[in-house]
Amino acid sequence: MSDVARAAAGDWVEVERVLLEPDQRAANLPPETAVTPLRMWVKGFLEADAAVGEPATVVTVTGRHVEGTVSAVNPGYFHTFGEPVPALATVGRDLRARLAAFRGARERGESR
Amino acid sequence: MTTRFDEIMARRGEIMRRALGMDYAEFELSPVAFDYERMMASHGYTLDEIVAIQTAAGVGNTPLLELRNMTDLVRSMSATGKGARIFVKDEAANLAGAFKDRRASISIHVACEKGYEGVIAATSGNYGAAVASQAARNNLKCIICQETYDSHKVGQPEIVEKGRVCEAYGAEVVQMTVGPELFFHMVELLEQTGYFAASLYSPHGVSGIETLGREVAREMIDLTGAPPTACVITHAGGGNTTGTARGLRRAGAEQTEIVSASVDLSGLHMASDRDFNRKSFTTGHTGFGVPFATWPDRADVPRNAARPLRYIDRYLTVTQGEVFYVTEALVKLEGLERGPAGNTAMTAALSLARDLPREATVVVQETEYTGAGKHHWAQLNFAREMGVEVRRGDPRENKPGEVIVIPEEPEQIAAVEVDLERLRTSYIRNALKAAPEGYEPTAEDIVFLALDTNTDPATAERLATEVSAGLKEA
Repeated sequence: MSDVARAAAGDWVEVERVLLEPDQRAANLPPETAVTPLRMWVKGFLEADAAVGEPATVVTVTGRHVEGTVSAVNPGYFHTFGEPVPALATVGRDLRARLAAFRGARERGESR
Repeated sequence: MTTRFDEIMARRGEIMRRALGMDYAEFELSPVAFDYERMMASHGYTLDEIVAIQTAAGVGNTPLLELRNMTDLVRSMSATGKGARIFVKDEAANLAGAFKDRRASISIHVACEKGYEGVIAATSGNYGAAVASQAARNNLKCIICQETYDSHKVGQPEIVEKGRVCEAYGAEVVQMTVGPELFFHMVELLEQTGYFAASLYSPHGVSGIETLGREVAREMIDLTGAPPTACVITHAGGGNTTGTARGLRRAGAEQTEIVSASVDLSGLHMASDRDFNRKSFTTGHTGFGVPFATWPDRADVPRNAARPLRYIDRYLTVTQGEVFYVTEALVKLEGLERGPAGNTAMTAALSLARDLPREATVVVQETEYTGAGKHHWAQLNFAREMGVEVRRGDPRENKPGEVIVIPEEPEQIAAVEVDLERLRTSYIRNALKAAPEGYEPTAEDIVFLALDTNTDPATAERLATEVSAGLKEA
């Protein structure tokens, strides 16, 4: 399985575990939430070599030992701004024009 | 069968008492009432001492900016003689980018004084960044519990960014799927680590916001000769409203109208795995604002220091589309690129200022940092990925989770007034329900309920009688 990311002891990884199975969860949850387990992820330094999907223990930055299944190796952050939003594209242009028209009229004594 | 959940929750009172470093029982007066002011003073710091702690922490004294272009935008659509001047307190200038630094700086100071090794907070918001930043400066270990993902491990970009920034400050971020059991795991971690519970709702945290209200009052007096006519406050858990209003009062700004504002998310369920990623806002919304106003003691402390109904004069809601529109307008007209949730109050302020006289002043008392993910474009692009329609049109057609309608013209921005009597009734119902069955509220309880809902004892008594009758029938 060469395409599965492997990590060595000491590598920075994320582990996942189930905190509560559906039947252990709080009462009165909406049905779409009640059927799912409460899952948890935390990052830390791997105690012993492991691959994604394998059980492992990490030592977190506070020094806690957390057991789980490796879910990512050296996990990154990929959130962005994204593309310009078409529905907002003309807001600046239109409001600038509006302000200019308002101030022009005010200087000519035509309004407030 | 007793589960781990039941087992932890059964012992949470004892665990929280040790983790908060204070015993709330000493403030209780009856099954309904408690001594709020004595609790608020229990940390023993004067407001000047709090300012000194915050100054050393890199927090407070943020710029108060007059927004001349926003004011003229309002006047361009106001009747003659109307259109108040608009100001903003640029709280994004705090160390970790939000007013939440004011809360965290005091919580962390208390944790250090009491000798804790680390701190834990449950938050998906700016408070996590604030706690992590202050913990780093003070050499405390820090765990942030965050409701991050739906069951497919997809999260709103704004929450994912807040997780990143906490990790950047060196915190351990425990990320979870949707559900109120976030609190259960936080309690479990508090027991395991012995750390301090840096609750958002402790007296010291909320006292830390009083400096913001005092700065607003003093700076407005310096700039305009008087405290503001109105102070508009983005409202979620209630600390922002409570702390700011108390600070304004302590600076003598008794006449300033306290206007809270939330994004209307009605129709969405806060614990729904499906709705979670269709909110398009992570805070400042009615999903927190209404339940925390009507029952503040639902929080992670026995008695919440944030009691917004005590202070709110008016509560306004705005739509998602209106807030995104105003966020874009603020960037383009004022050169102020800030996070969208913090602009909730700005949106309500434009609506409010339109109907006030030109001589009036309106202060929006916060902004928050922005960046990749935590940005109105990121939130709108994500909404579209989640199947939410985004279009221009009449903001009255905005429907949370289904369609976000960006106004076509600023005239369409119209904040909606929330009926405070309805919220007061709901609060009193919750307060009476929390007392043992059959408990009859005393005269002292009625005085407390009146204070806690910013009304007079006669009104509180009338509402309590109506509610009691309803509870007996049910």
